[in-house]
Amino acid sequence: MVKEIERAGLPVAHMCTVVPISLTVGANRIIPTVAIPYPLGNPLLTAGEEKELRRKLVRRALRALETEVHGQVVFDK
Amino acid sequence: MSNQKIRVVHYLNQFYGGIGGEDKADYRPEERAGVVGPGQALQAALGNAGEIVATVICGDSYFNENLDEALSTVIGMIKKHQPDVVIAGPAFNAGRYGVACGAVAKAITEELAIPVVTGMYPENPGVDMYRKFAYIVQTSNSAADMRKAVPAIIKVVVALGQGEEVSPETHGYMARGIRQNYFHTERGSKRAVDMLIAKINGQPFTTEYAMPHFDRVAPNQPIACAAKAKIALVTSGGIVPKGNPDHIESSSASKYGKYDIAGVTDLTSDTYATAHGGYDPTYANQDADRVLPVDVLREMEQAGEIGELHRYFYTTVGNGTSVNNSVAFAKKFAQELINDGVQAVILTST
Repeated sequence: MVKEIERAGLPVAHMCTVVPISLTVGANRIIPTVAIPYPLGNPLLTAGEEKELRRKLVRRALRALETEVHGQVVFDK
Repeated sequence: MSNQKIRVVHYLNQFYGGIGGEDKADYRPEERAGVVGPGQALQAALGNAGEIVATVICGDSYFNENLDEALSTVIGMIKKHQPDVVIAGPAFNAGRYGVACGAVAKAITEELAIPVVTGMYPENPGVDMYRKFAYIVQTSNSAADMRKAVPAIIKVVVALGQGEEVSPETHGYMARGIRQNYFHTERGSKRAVDMLIAKINGQPFTTEYAMPHFDRVAPNQPIACAAKAKIALVTSGGIVPKGNPDHIESSSASKYGKYDIAGVTDLTSDTYATAHGGYDPTYANQDADRVLPVDVLREMEQAGEIGELHRYFYTTVGNGTSVNNSVAFAKKFAQELINDGVQAVILTST
């Protein structure tokens, strides 16, 4: 799906935990996430901390969408 | 070598290892003496030619989330038994399992120079990632094919264990892209001209050097500024309104859903859940924002960090869903997104 959306003309940020699969599939802007059953959360944190973690990751995705890339880039910072 | 029994170690995930389903996918590596689960059928097919001396089991999520640590533990457990051949899986169309089997194959082949045989459905992501390192027998997309997969795997295991030469054509594994030198009765120039003439005459011919198939899409231009952009959410993590109104299948999805989130500020356990059958749903069902971050994007919209969160999100279950279906879904809704003025997409996967 990532590739078809990109092919249609929209930049896509792919947020996923298993980065090697995303690289194989052909995503260009990749944001590594927390865990397979909760990519954008962490049930061990308090609700407030968890939301902050999610906000940080989503901000990273937005920054990736604002960044010019020429191939596959993993935004891990 | 031929009179010695082939020593085999078998790698399994938590499901086939009899530990449990998705709720046990974070199970740490463990070894058992002898056969476990599908190892029984493999041992029966091996007969007197070999023996499965040990089985190593690891949860799929644990493996993929802790790749380096899981791999070094698993490799250590396998190495101790000094196998001649390692069998992994078969993984059929289970993505994380296929990736784990492939990663084990790569490490065992590279570090210990021991051949690894596994079985997968051609669309399993483990095939493209690791076909160079493993002997991957083609299976169908479900465990119902175990009966056919077992003899196919054992055929390769016995050949490798007895030091025979193997090839994809005679032993039925997927080509690894490794070329071997041999003397042909005809020189290359003649073979090339023969091929050209066959092509001109519209006759069949077989290339000696198949071109790899790369399907890459160049990245699009970035958005100038998220604060002015309309952003849409898409997920393969199966988040749906509670009750799954469109009955999206928990695996091998044949459809996607499009749901209105106008005015929704938070996905709660009363309103949203996951339809995905390929990961432990406990955490997503408690709070679906953990997969589809509507809550923070809504706050960012209020705060002016993004221009607008698109009114609809698109969702499907990326669990054993065919590439053809996924491509068809996205082709269709990507055009809708563009028509609706969306400028960028955040796609989340589990």
